[in-house]
Amino acid sequence: MSTDTLAGRHDGPKHDPLRPWLAGLAAGLVAWGLLYSQLVPLSEWLVAQLPVERTSHLGSALAFFFYDTPKVVLLLTLIVFAMGVVRSYFSPEKTRALLAGRREGIGNVLAAGLGVLTPFCSCSAVPLFIGFVSAGVPLGVTFSFLIAAPMVNEVALGLLFGLVGWPVALTYLGFGLAVAMVAGWVIGRLRLEGWLQGWVREIHAGGEAAIPDAQLGFVDRLRLGLDAVRDIVGRVWIWIIAGIAVGAAIHGYVPADLMVRIMGADAWWSVPAAVVMGIPMYTNAAGVIPIVEALLGKGAALGTTLAFMMSVIALSLPEMVILRKVLTLPLIAVFVGVVGSGILAVGFLFNLLFQ
Amino acid sequence: MKDVKVLGPGCKRCETTEAMVKAAAAKLGIEVAVEKVTDYAEIARFGVVSTPGIVVDGKVVHAGGLPKQDALEQWLRA
Repeated sequence: MSTDTLAGRHDGPKHDPLRPWLAGLAAGLVAWGLLYSQLVPLSEWLVAQLPVERTSHLGSALAFFFYDTPKVVLLLTLIVFAMGVVRSYFSPEKTRALLAGRREGIGNVLAAGLGVLTPFCSCSAVPLFIGFVSAGVPLGVTFSFLIAAPMVNEVALGLLFGLVGWPVALTYLGFGLAVAMVAGWVIGRLRLEGWLQGWVREIHAGGEAAIPDAQLGFVDRLRLGLDAVRDIVGRVWIWIIAGIAVGAAIHGYVPADLMVRIMGADAWWSVPAAVVMGIPMYTNAAGVIPIVEALLGKGAALGTTLAFMMSVIALSLPEMVILRKVLTLPLIAVFVGVVGSGILAVGFLFNLLFQ
Repeated sequence: MKDVKVLGPGCKRCETTEAMVKAAAAKLGIEVAVEKVTDYAEIARFGVVSTPGIVVDGKVVHAGGLPKQDALEQWLRA
């Protein structure tokens, strides 16, 4: 894209603040594309500089590491930027207004979708939960939102798309949303409002806080995208390196026939085992995808691998500790049980579908 | 004397927000009493869903994420 065509579209004032941003964006995309197309030669060149046999276990692990690290960082930057811009159109307050008083069923569907799109940091989970429930969002619908948000992780989705392929990425999206909708609906049917911590039920929030809607221009939204990149990539890079290192070790050292025996489609017990193993493991989605990629490459069954991934991302101990403040233990048990069963079902179904 | 409340359970962003409010007030030479509200029940009563939130003289002016510097100065001046 040349700057001439950009300039031609804007006949407004001379110093359109959008113009330098669009030019920068175009330049960034070109640089991104160039780098991305050179990943294989770059990684092979790096391995060739080291005193390691390329065909050895170590050589193969190193090639995986040098190829995946820049690739994941590039993909992550692009995804986080795009999501940062899209998310600037949503806010938890708007989402709550959309969901308040919504009937179950349609509400669960809407909540799951909004769970993916609404930005909120994990330390907001409790105020968000209280805010939703006290504003008249049904408990089951609130859960659909809270399950979808971590389960269908945009970073995981984008990286799956780039590293493993679009069929897997789309199926992950579809099943993740399905688990959030169905699990929330089931929790709603169980009528568990009485299992909230007592003080939560007594709060009737002061209704809508009339927060003046900040008027955001498109430049502000692009800036928010950049902020998201700085914030998220700055925070998760260590998880990415760790995840890729584990993936590289699997790629270089684990024999394929062992993997097929442990995590292959014939080993039915590996699906529940993968879910249970995933609960105490807590890593960022960006860190778990390189492991997924390496596992699949060695012949692990898709369902088993995805069950492991979803369990790591969606069922985490730290989050349960936070939720403990508003939910009683039986309710947390129901939450883990329902979401865990959903993930199990996805795992078995995938193993059947993609054999 | 302006009464400013920073709503948030105590995550890093909430602490940054509190520091930003104090710095902006000092810069503008406005006297403020900054109070941190960490109790979930009280945060919910303000109707704020996403933290950190900012309340100036009993009115919620901001929720979710760090405030913008120029907006912050505007709230303190108003």
